Amino acid sequence: MSETTKVERPLSPHLQIYRWHIPMLTSILTRVTGNALIVSTMLIVWWLAAAATSDSYFAFVDGLLRSWVGDIVLTLSVLGVWYHYLAGLRHLYYDAGHGMDIPTAEKLGWGLLIGSVVLTVLTIIII
Amino acid sequence: MRYLTDRKRAEGKGASGTGTEHHWYMQTSAVGLAFMVPAFVFIVGHALGKDRAGVIETFANPFVAILTGLVLLVGMRHFAKGAQIMIEDYLRGTAKKMAVIFVISLSYTVTAAGLFALAKIAL
Repeated sequence: MSETTKVERPLSPHLQIYRWHIPMLTSILTRVTGNALIVSTMLIVWWLAAAATSDSYFAFVDGLLRSWVGDIVLTLSVLGVWYHYLAGLRHLYYDAGHGMDIPTAEKLGWGLLIGSVVLTVLTIIII
Repeated sequence: MRYLTDRKRAEGKGASGTGTEHHWYMQTSAVGLAFMVPAFVFIVGHALGKDRAGVIETFANPFVAILTGLVLLVGMRHFAKGAQIMIEDYLRGTAKKMAVIFVISLSYTVTAAGLFALAKIAL
């Protein structure tokens, strides 16, 4: 059996010593949006649970989601969904071995940033 | 003690000890969610603003109920595994274990609460 000696492994690079560039920004935003969406999911589940419970409780939660604070949170949620969606598609594209050269990666990054805003505006118009 | 060589124990498993299983789950769930999430956003967007009876009517529809259940189930597994990777990047030791356990528990709780609400609405 091998000795399981403890080796000091490096942590992720410290962001503050890097100059920000598009692939780096869009990569970290994927993580930020993905994890932030737990808040959106919990709000929607809370709202569904309220609908399943009673008129008065639904009125309370529904009122919260449709207040101006709720509007801001839900609009940011839609933006987060679309950003993470496009970033996920880019991830699948990267994983298939495409788009890893710098010019393409830069373009894909801008595509995520602009595309997510466009899709959010479209969603708000359609809904 | 198992009579296996070091190489045999490590081969194909990488640093995670589970090979590419985690990554493959993220890929497959991402593809599934890519098909389901646009419809779900549209459905919730339309239901939001209706009165309680309207919301119940929307989610009592079998297609909507099944889609919502799937989005919750797959979405929360995708979240738990994604958040786990984030935690493993930034935390070590007991803090890491506790954070991973918390995230997994949270995602299962949200799933169960959502499925319970759906069952009450749809059945």
